[in-house]
Amino acid sequence: MSSPRGPKACGGGAADRPIHVLAVDDSSVDRAVIARLLRSSKYRVTTVDSGKKALELLGLQEPNVNMIITDYWMPEMTGYELLKIVKESSELREIPVVIMSSENVPNRINRCLEEGAEDFLLKPVRPSDVARLCNRMR
Amino acid sequence: MENASGLQRQLARMKKDLFDQGYLDEQFDQLEELQDESSPNFVEEVVTLFFRDSSRLMANIDDALQQCPRDFHRLDNFLHRLKGSASSIGAAKMKNECTSFREFCSEGNLDGCLRSFQKVKNDHTILRQKLENYLQLLRQVGPVDKASRSGS
Repeated sequence: MSSPRGPKACGGGAADRPIHVLAVDDSSVDRAVIARLLRSSKYRVTTVDSGKKALELLGLQEPNVNMIITDYWMPEMTGYELLKIVKESSELREIPVVIMSSENVPNRINRCLEEGAEDFLLKPVRPSDVARLCNRMR
Repeated sequence: MENASGLQRQLARMKKDLFDQGYLDEQFDQLEELQDESSPNFVEEVVTLFFRDSSRLMANIDDALQQCPRDFHRLDNFLHRLKGSASSIGAAKMKNECTSFREFCSEGNLDGCLRSFQKVKNDHTILRQKLENYLQLLRQVGPVDKASRSGS
């Protein structure tokens, strides 16, 4: 069930480029926590506070994003809506998307997984959750 | 300069009290675990962000409780975010009181909401003071080797 590689082994991507994770959350507290969790596993992290800003970044020529991790419940655009847009885009659909939520709602979880989410994490996110993502990076 | 291990003992005692009194839970330990040489002020940074956000949310809740008619849905949105932030730093009492508050909200129970909000405000004030004291001591103790930073 658990990956044989510890979190520290996950940071290096192909061709010596650190794996780049885009973290999306409207809460500044949660952004700080998820960024720290990811950076302590040696990932490069960019944080944004909305789905709209995430899409702007992803629309750049070389975003080099290996994974998107997004909060579910955000004003204006939910994590689910962001997931759908990413999966419907020919340029972006290969990027794994992980959803985070503070609420354990089975329907919500299933809907996200059916839409192509890689994983669904309950907040507060733990180091073991991040370790689990190691194998899912593009 | 105070004896370092004396300060550490004081710090550990302070933390134990915070846990025993239910103000903090193990998520706070998780935050401390994430603090290291590469991120030496992480706990203080997150706690500061929390009090900034929560103060703003509580001002919004205050406004929402005074509006007529009350928009319980809007109130619940603020509470969801407050509860989420509290949970992320391990602020257990606040998190639990937010849960009760949300229940009153969903029932449209204004009295319950007002009582609950008073508790949330009290918890917030007390937690802020206790964490300020804790962080002040933490700063004095300085970076601590994780192996020697014991729990209670």
